[in-house]
Amino acid sequence: MRIEGPELDDLAHQAAADALLAITGKLGQFRGDSRFTTWAYKFVIFEVSGKLAGHFWRKSGVSLDAEDWDRLPDRFALDPERESEWHELVLAVRRAVDDDLSERQRAIFVAIVLNEVPLDALVAELGSNRNAIYKSLFDARRKLRARLVTDGHLDPEPARRP
Amino acid sequence: MNGLEQFLRTDPLDAGCARTMELLDVYVELALADAEPERRYPDLAVHLRGCGPCEEDFKALLVAVRGRAG
Repeated sequence: MRIEGPELDDLAHQAAADALLAITGKLGQFRGDSRFTTWAYKFVIFEVSGKLAGHFWRKSGVSLDAEDWDRLPDRFALDPERESEWHELVLAVRRAVDDDLSERQRAIFVAIVLNEVPLDALVAELGSNRNAIYKSLFDARRKLRARLVTDGHLDPEPARRP
Repeated sequence: MNGLEQFLRTDPLDAGCARTMELLDVYVELALADAEPERRYPDLAVHLRGCGPCEEDFKALLVAVRGRAG
């Protein structure tokens, strides 16, 4: 996503203003675990990320209602010449998405995985936060893998070393 | 292992975004000091490998702080 000219200036000014508000609002939370400037820059970075994410919806043309499962192999760079090796797995993933995920997990999976919506852009659209969306997708990935292991499509994780 | 299988793998050590964002400034300073941040905060290291937005913020903060020092 390329932003330039007046849009870029506008985004930079808004991010700077909102970062200043965030920093002044959180001053009481600064514990000195890092240098003050590093701590403050962090909020500038977060504001810029958030602003860029909001910008995604102005230009992407992506609809949250779209759901094209034919895109899944491309999304994970699955080699068409080796389709016989992954075809069943892709079908099983689709079944598990339908059967095992909650409505919210399913919507987040479809948006991020099939429609390539950036995670932060989805955060902005749903009025949520990064942690909540990441956690939903994390739980969805875990559920899907467990189902695929149960059904014999994937091997169980090797045991962790103590 | 193909890309889909890798995507479905999760690590229970993953710190999540909230803790990572809270400690990102500390982690960045450890990284800049070559002080092995991944040993002190292995849960953040796992998260930064799996979360694109947090990894981008980590890299951006590194650049910003390096620029200040330079």
